[in-house]
Amino acid sequence: MAQVVVVTSGKGGVGKTTTTAALGAALAQSGQRVAVVDFDVGLRNLDLVLGAERRVVYDLIYVAQGNVKLSQALIRDKRLETLYLLAASQTRDKDALTDEGVEKVMSELRSSFDWIICDSPAGIERGATLAMRHADVAVVVTNPEVSSVRDSDRIVGLLDAKTDKAARGERMEKHLLLTRYDPVRAGRGDMLNVDDVIDILSLPLLGIIPESEEVLRASNLGSPVTISNPKSPPARAYGDAAQRLMGADVPMVFPTDRSGLFGKLFGRRAA
Amino acid sequence: MAAAAPQPVTDAPQPSGAFKFHGRTFLAFVLKPEMPIGRWMAQADTWLARSPGFFSAKPIVVDVSGLLLTKSNLSKLIADLSARGMHVTGLLGADPAWVDADLPPVLTAGRAMESEKTRERQEAPAPAKPAPSLVINTHVRSGQTLFHDGDLTIIGSVSSGAEIVATGSIHIYGALRGRVLAGADGNIGAHIFCRRLAGELVAIDGYYRMAEDFPSGLIEKPAHVSLEEGVLKIKALD
Repeated sequence: MAQVVVVTSGKGGVGKTTTTAALGAALAQSGQRVAVVDFDVGLRNLDLVLGAERRVVYDLIYVAQGNVKLSQALIRDKRLETLYLLAASQTRDKDALTDEGVEKVMSELRSSFDWIICDSPAGIERGATLAMRHADVAVVVTNPEVSSVRDSDRIVGLLDAKTDKAARGERMEKHLLLTRYDPVRAGRGDMLNVDDVIDILSLPLLGIIPESEEVLRASNLGSPVTISNPKSPPARAYGDAAQRLMGADVPMVFPTDRSGLFGKLFGRRAA
Repeated sequence: MAAAAPQPVTDAPQPSGAFKFHGRTFLAFVLKPEMPIGRWMAQADTWLARSPGFFSAKPIVVDVSGLLLTKSNLSKLIADLSARGMHVTGLLGADPAWVDADLPPVLTAGRAMESEKTRERQEAPAPAKPAPSLVINTHVRSGQTLFHDGDLTIIGSVSSGAEIVATGSIHIYGALRGRVLAGADGNIGAHIFCRRLAGELVAIDGYYRMAEDFPSGLIEKPAHVSLEEGVLKIKALD
């Protein structure tokens, strides 16, 4: 039974696209058939993060409007056989996406994949509500700072109001993914700590992704961090989050301040 | 108000003798100047300065009954009103003998409008029936608003950026982080209870306090908000 996951946040720049790519790759690495779908029409980025920007011929809007077949628009990843990308259009207007078109694409994707991961645009407008409409599960990406937390809270309200699941009277399964977490700054009180965020949002925690230069490097290389450097702390955290999404009980690793005595002795950077 | 349907405009020749007219009722403001006219006009100017354009393009009738005015005084009054954008369409209580082409027609009869206030007074003593209670089992998220006519109980939290309004009391079993307004319909006996006070604003019957004015010792603590003699009190809830 296919699962449709929406990766959403309300606020921009918190790591939705990075998360979509990393979770999609991690799920594919464990043998699942995965399609990642970019809903950010006009500001597409998922193709870049996956290193497929030169291979996009057709996009989501072509399929939604019935101009091409889904199989023509899906781009298979060169590293992972079971990972596919459906890109967004960079040139078209977001109003070119219709409810019926998206529904058609989603039901087709459901019949041929285990996981469909929808990368939502920022904001609470049409693009974001279209991305969440057909989802079974939501991953709410949040940075440990107040504006991101409030925007996530707003999105959680919309997930309970504007999705097909909510319309059927069912409860949307929602997970909190805390990204760009810096234990040093959280310890100093510059950032909200994990407990504060969970307390405000009251969502189960899917994972904590530590702030890391690896993530930026991976994006610029066009390779999800779970592929480019699987041993790095953010890649491990994404891998664990993907396992939890599949229902596995993986103990949570809390990023810790490693700039202590050990770190100083060996001159290491805090992870 | 009797308003006839507008007649369709056609180019078809009308049968001869078909001179048509119909009645229509309009609402007009009746001004009643008082002597001395100069002082009354000054008051009118003060009023108009606050609400400019209020009378423009509206039918105005001037009631001159009881005023000792000559015809020239009356003409001047109408001209003064006209200069202030009030175009007099009729006169009440004027001497019919004065009427000529320069003065508006003298009206008779007319009925005073029932003002909103008198109507309210008549409807006020409706039998008060107990307002129903509502229990919300979830969190109220940022951006959500909730209005309930009666008592409201929320088992979850009220997030920052959420607003809940009730005509009765409000009970919050989670954290109060948003805006909470109880007794919204003039109910000074309404209360607000919460397990954790971290709100942006609490109000009862329009009396409000912002987060900055909350007692510092009660932040993040159980609290009870009530209205005592027109002062909004926030106390510890033990």
